[in-house]
Amino acid sequence: MLKDQDRIFQNLYNDNGSDVESSKKRGDWLNTKNIIEKGRDWIINEIKISELRGRGGAGFPTGLKWSFAPKDVGSRPHYFVINADESEPGTCKDRDILRFEAHKLIEGCLIASYAVNAHICYIYIRGEYFIEGQKLQAAIDEAYEKNLIGKNALDTGWDLDIYIHYGAGAYICGEETALIESIEGKKGQPRLKPPFPALIGLYGCPTIINNVETIAVVPTILRRGGKWFASLGKAKNTGTKIFCISGNVNSPCNVEEVMSIPLKELIETHAGGVIGGWDNLQAVIPGGSSMPLLPKKICETITMDFDSLMAEKSGLGTAGVVVINKDQDIIKCMARIARFYKHESCGQCTPCREGTGWMWRMLERMAKGEASKDEVDMLLDVTKQIAGHTICAFGEGSSWPVQGLLRHFKGEVEKRNNYNPMINKGKNIPYLVDQHLLDKENV
Amino acid sequence: MFKLKVNNIDIEIEEGLTVLQACEKAGVEIPRFCYHEKLSIAGNCRMCLVEIEKSPKPIASCAMPAADGMNIKTNTPFVEKARKGVMEFLLANHPLDCPVCDQGGECDLQDQSMFYGVDKSRYKENKRSVPEKNMGPLIKTQMTRCIHCTRCIRFATEVAGVPELGAIGRGEDMQITTYLEQSMQSELSGNVIDLCPVGALTSKPYIFEARPWELKKTETIDVMDAVGSNIRVDTYGWEVKRVLPRINEDINEEWISDKTRYACDGLLNQRLDTPYIKYNGKFEKASWKEVFNIINVKMKSANSSKVCGITGDLVNMETLYVFKEFFNKTLNSKNLEFRNNHSYLNPEKRENYVFNSSINGIEESDLIFLIGSNPRYEATILNARIRKAYLQNKINIFSHNNVGDLTYPYESLNGKTNVIKEIVEDKHYLSKLIKSAKKPLIIIGQSALLSNSGKYIFESIKSFLVSNNKINSEWNSLNIISENASTVGSLDLGIYSTSNGSNEILKHLENHEYEIIYLLGQDSLKFKKENEFIIYQGSHGDKGAEIADIILPGAAYTEQDGYYTNLEGKLQKAYKASYPPGEAKEDWQILNDLAETMNHRKLFNDKDELLSSMFNYLKLFKDSNTTKKISEVKDLNFINEEIKVNNIDYYYSNSIARASKTMFNCRNEKLISLSTGTEG
Repeated sequence: MLKDQDRIFQNLYNDNGSDVESSKKRGDWLNTKNIIEKGRDWIINEIKISELRGRGGAGFPTGLKWSFAPKDVGSRPHYFVINADESEPGTCKDRDILRFEAHKLIEGCLIASYAVNAHICYIYIRGEYFIEGQKLQAAIDEAYEKNLIGKNALDTGWDLDIYIHYGAGAYICGEETALIESIEGKKGQPRLKPPFPALIGLYGCPTIINNVETIAVVPTILRRGGKWFASLGKAKNTGTKIFCISGNVNSPCNVEEVMSIPLKELIETHAGGVIGGWDNLQAVIPGGSSMPLLPKKICETITMDFDSLMAEKSGLGTAGVVVINKDQDIIKCMARIARFYKHESCGQCTPCREGTGWMWRMLERMAKGEASKDEVDMLLDVTKQIAGHTICAFGEGSSWPVQGLLRHFKGEVEKRNNYNPMINKGKNIPYLVDQHLLDKENV
Repeated sequence: MFKLKVNNIDIEIEEGLTVLQACEKAGVEIPRFCYHEKLSIAGNCRMCLVEIEKSPKPIASCAMPAADGMNIKTNTPFVEKARKGVMEFLLANHPLDCPVCDQGGECDLQDQSMFYGVDKSRYKENKRSVPEKNMGPLIKTQMTRCIHCTRCIRFATEVAGVPELGAIGRGEDMQITTYLEQSMQSELSGNVIDLCPVGALTSKPYIFEARPWELKKTETIDVMDAVGSNIRVDTYGWEVKRVLPRINEDINEEWISDKTRYACDGLLNQRLDTPYIKYNGKFEKASWKEVFNIINVKMKSANSSKVCGITGDLVNMETLYVFKEFFNKTLNSKNLEFRNNHSYLNPEKRENYVFNSSINGIEESDLIFLIGSNPRYEATILNARIRKAYLQNKINIFSHNNVGDLTYPYESLNGKTNVIKEIVEDKHYLSKLIKSAKKPLIIIGQSALLSNSGKYIFESIKSFLVSNNKINSEWNSLNIISENASTVGSLDLGIYSTSNGSNEILKHLENHEYEIIYLLGQDSLKFKKENEFIIYQGSHGDKGAEIADIILPGAAYTEQDGYYTNLEGKLQKAYKASYPPGEAKEDWQILNDLAETMNHRKLFNDKDELLSSMFNYLKLFKDSNTTKKISEVKDLNFINEEIKVNNIDYYYSNSIARASKTMFNCRNEKLISLSTGTEG
């Protein structure tokens, strides 16, 4: 259980107001100048000590990412980009930061931009977060007014301009290179890697892209020290994290908790427990819709952090915890998720373009019990043909939930789809039948 | 140099190659759809996946830079599984309509699925159907077959330089389209058909015409413009079914223009298949003997100075040479000319009329200045090279006139001859740029030479370049864009008579001083006939045949072997793919036979004798050319005027194109797309 004094987002529920003055009361913009004056190396090193991992889903160490940016600015400027294209189903943490803790984000932008030598910061917000974008813009305007950012921000001698760019609602634009393409005004399709954005990114210039939550915690880490952050949670899975608990729980909520909190405790303490009691739990998607689900048995003991979820072949992702109780049809749930991914595939590379639709259609039939026995294995095979063969991580994201279903609920799928299309021995073989459906011994 | 392993074979490659290229160097074939040497890398088909040691995932080899010490494997079960998976996805929504698909037999998807695919389909859902898109009269679309490799999009935006092709929609609903469903506004649009690895984009005029294995393939040379693109002519019996590009990195790379590709149906229409004689304003069929006798009588009754010969735009060099011999020896006349207009000509040295920097040289150049030329229509492939050079080196391009969209940005001057004067007198900012440029490229087009100031422009620019040492043994920045395939050949063979650059023959012709005019494939002559007796020899019933009194049916460029010299001065041979229709004969033979009728002696016993004689002539010409010194041309009259670039009617520029239905459709389509709907 996170102690109140270790809470970073103290205004997650907008109890205290989100304007600059009330933010300052909570400690934002305190000694920011001193932090910047300690220099780039100190900032990056402190973040490395804190073992902060990216909060956007992949969990890449933030300090390491920043150190990839070229040390000196060459002929091309550096850019710093905030990924606020929060589109993962089951995730709504960035939204509350943008609305209520915007100054944490802006302060983080200033520090991080300074750390990676960028004078321009773009915040890419999904188009549906229009009101959130307006609130953020208001906060940015406040910050400009108070000279917190802009020319010679906070008298540190560092210039920083922050621009908001609205997306048009494509999930794939949350992928960092697709996000870059989208800012450039092109079709949101991921780029090939290498080269990585840290060297060739926005407009061909070195670009560092971070999630909203990652950057919003940076100022607090630097103020309280990387060691403090590292002392929370487990090794390599440190600090606090906003969990978004939704689904079949009594009180869905966003809550900041320490990493490695047991899943059961998280649901019981903060979300009022599963509807119908813990025993009514069927499965939990621990990290947004793209992470494989966990059955009840694993949920009893699992702790919510990157590595222990990875060990269970799932992942923390964005920490969007979706609780599914026994009232739900798990196959239908996964079919709905598959439909989302079919709809959001950008269509650039073959496996994802053709495979997501195939998976969805098969799952729809499986939910109705119209698929045949052998298709269950085939579905697993198709998911494996997608994952790892695509340009971006969307391939994995779309096939993992299906793989999770087949890993833990294969029995249920098979029970419902028990029809065997093979024409077995002893039966009269009708004329004109697909040859591959014939039982081998019969031919 | 990098050392790496491909399937345990050690190879050494230079830096900057991709894994796919490294595998090719090791002789390992990698299947691919989206990758193309001449286009940017997309990496989206995922067919080229390979295994690289220490990488848990398969890697798209087309996009991965090869690195030192890599251990690449392409023959493992892991790779095979990945390829089969991708192939299954590609085929999942691909219709099974190979039997009615024009791509069948030369389809990448068909071929590769044979090698890398699975023999049966597991996909039981309904296949996707995509509406057809209208892409104009050249490209037939069947978008259900599209595998979204985006080669066509990349070609259009990169090589052709038009932004009209793109993808709309997302995921499995992604569709390739021209957005507004109109034809691509490019003269290179036909190349997307060759690039398409499946049958999504196929040739509209060739629809359901033939299967590739039924066609006889002849590698030859194109004559639609002076570039001399290398082509392959596919024939079915007599008919030329289609024309495809052949790779020649020095000339056309892999592309050909739409006229080259699609004018071939003009070879079937309007053909002259038998000799004709005009009686009372009507043409009547005749035999070779009859027409030869009439010509013989007419020629003998006329004074040799009253006979002239004008050659045309598509005539090969053998014919030109026989024509010259026929006039010089049989008729004892020197009244020969290849120009059909009063353009300025200084044939003193060969460098005065060829594209000296060579087409490859465009890519090395650091400054391009166009004078009186619209290369987009005059030499489409050359224009594509200029665009390539622009994309690669971001060179400065200037044009004397504003000639509209050239597919690359350029700075246009006002088109006045004043500017040329300022430049050569060192008063213009461009003079400095030309002087400081290491390899400037000055391109003079026919429109400049045709104007009253043609002589002034050519000679003053030339002397400006000479005096600034821009014409030297390493780099010759003086370049002329010739109009026609036969132009440089005619000049090399001396088919002109000029004094001081003028067109003497045409002057006399316009004054009606000749009694007999022999038109050799000349269809663009603007001439009002009075009492002249006109003989027309050529392949098509066009403008030349219309005014003729006697028609001698010749062969088109696909129907006879023949040499052509392209605008760079490269000698290339066109091969016989088909044969002349009906009574028609190869052009050199007609003249040879005619000479026999008149003099009882053939000019040449056979083609070999003709060729050796012609090459001897060309050798002597070239030898004398190298020792020649440039004499300075004086008395340049400066006239202050505005040079207008005559935009040639691209789709109608020669008799074959004018006979082609496809070209007619293209021309109409272009006129429609240019109309705004408000002109009343």
